[in-house]
Amino acid sequence: MEVFADAWQWLVDPQNYVGEGSLLQRSLEHVGYTLWVMAVGSAIAIPLGFYIGHTGRGRGWAVGITGAARALPTFGLFLYLVLVIGVERREIAAVIALVLLAIPPLLAGAYSGVDQIDRRVLDAARAQGMTGWQLLFRVELPLALPLVVGGIRNAVLQVVATVTLIAYVGLGGLGYDIIQGIPLRRFDQMIGSAFAIVVIALLLDAVFAALTRIVTPEGVRRAGGEDIRARENSRR
Amino acid sequence: MRTLTRNLSIVGTIATAAVVGGCAAGGSDTIVVGSQAYYSNEIVAEIYAQALEAEGFSVERSFQIGQRDAYIPALEAGEVDLFPEYTGNLLQFYDADTTATETTAVYDALQAALPEQLTALAMSPATDQDSYNVTSEFAAANSLESIGDLAGVSPLVLGGAPELEERPYGPSGLMEVYGVSVEFDATGEVTLDALLAGEVQVANIYTGNPAIAQYGLVTLADSEGLFLASNIVPIAGSDVADEIASIINPISEAMSPDELVAMNLQSTAEEMSAPDIAAQWLEENGF
Repeated sequence: MEVFADAWQWLVDPQNYVGEGSLLQRSLEHVGYTLWVMAVGSAIAIPLGFYIGHTGRGRGWAVGITGAARALPTFGLFLYLVLVIGVERREIAAVIALVLLAIPPLLAGAYSGVDQIDRRVLDAARAQGMTGWQLLFRVELPLALPLVVGGIRNAVLQVVATVTLIAYVGLGGLGYDIIQGIPLRRFDQMIGSAFAIVVIALLLDAVFAALTRIVTPEGVRRAGGEDIRARENSRR
Repeated sequence: MRTLTRNLSIVGTIATAAVVGGCAAGGSDTIVVGSQAYYSNEIVAEIYAQALEAEGFSVERSFQIGQRDAYIPALEAGEVDLFPEYTGNLLQFYDADTTATETTAVYDALQAALPEQLTALAMSPATDQDSYNVTSEFAAANSLESIGDLAGVSPLVLGGAPELEERPYGPSGLMEVYGVSVEFDATGEVTLDALLAGEVQVANIYTGNPAIAQYGLVTLADSEGLFLASNIVPIAGSDVADEIASIINPISEAMSPDELVAMNLQSTAEEMSAPDIAAQWLEENGF
């Protein structure tokens, strides 16, 4: 237990909040990479997921790929990409490796968000004379959003934990203090920075949890169908 | 919480039983040779193992145990009998504030620092220690031969593992001992690539690394003893040390720094297995 007290001492030591490599700088690097990866990953996976969910095309393909991609070892892929892309552009290698980690949960959220919509709702919208685009933006998107944000939450947690690895090639982040601490046997520093990563993960998750509530359409909420997955299961 | 604690203690009991069981199976005549999770260390351990086998010992290989925190307790507890180590790095493990840097001083300090149940056998002239390296072009352009020649060269970025930032031979030591001022870049796993790409001008690379010769790097001479000398040294359990010293000591004496690098190269470039490399070295050296 003493090591946790030491870790706390390390976390509150004012020395760690000033100058090069301060906790604040490391945290900003950490969050910065996380946001970059989420932005790129979302831009790829969410439209793709909507397309698959909307058209039903490539459904089997998407399920297979996202399942298999979860087994990709991120660290190995990352170091391989650094070698391929070149050491001068290793930031790009880091983002690509982490984007590949983020895509499966993002794609699954976007795809199942559209896929779970009651077909009768879509038929009703079409019967009103909605075009394909109107259907997508006015019906499918709002109804899918809670699951989409769920996918984002899932991805953020994985990415924030895995950004730790980028310090292995000198890109900073809170993993730096962990990786530096191992050979120096500084357990206070290692546990302290691990704790900081946990706090950042919880904060980001809280933000997206709040966002889920906000984006859940009024109608869905009133119908008590906020957790659509539960409704899906009960129907089967 | 109580359930969790109980479950953990059950797991602990099972793990302990497994370890104890594993040891008992070895028997008293068996020498357990361990190695780090580092290919070069495994080659040396394999040499010890094959030499012991040739003398009729039964040997159990417990290789790739990982870092010091993981295997030193096993050595101290007698679960592992023989382990190739490095004088400077091991001394630093037992005595973080050591001031010894020169080869013999480090070896003497290590013998004093080791706990009773461990014995350092004869050390080898082969070293695998930190060193500062520059590309041959950079060395020629700034006429560099020793670390001291770096004084006044600017800009100067030093690349290495993250912990180098805090080591006594890191940026602060460079300033104190040689008056060389550097910026530090924690290039970690890609230190060599960063040096070749010109991102850093000075790189901390182990002397045993075949890349130094492969890429024609210039290792800067350390005339003031900034680095801790780190020679290969077999660490044995004191209960078996006398029995195996006559077999292991000639190996240490025969292994030269160049031969160590050559063996490392056989592993990295030719992808030979540790047992093959070890057997070849033993044969070439008449064991």
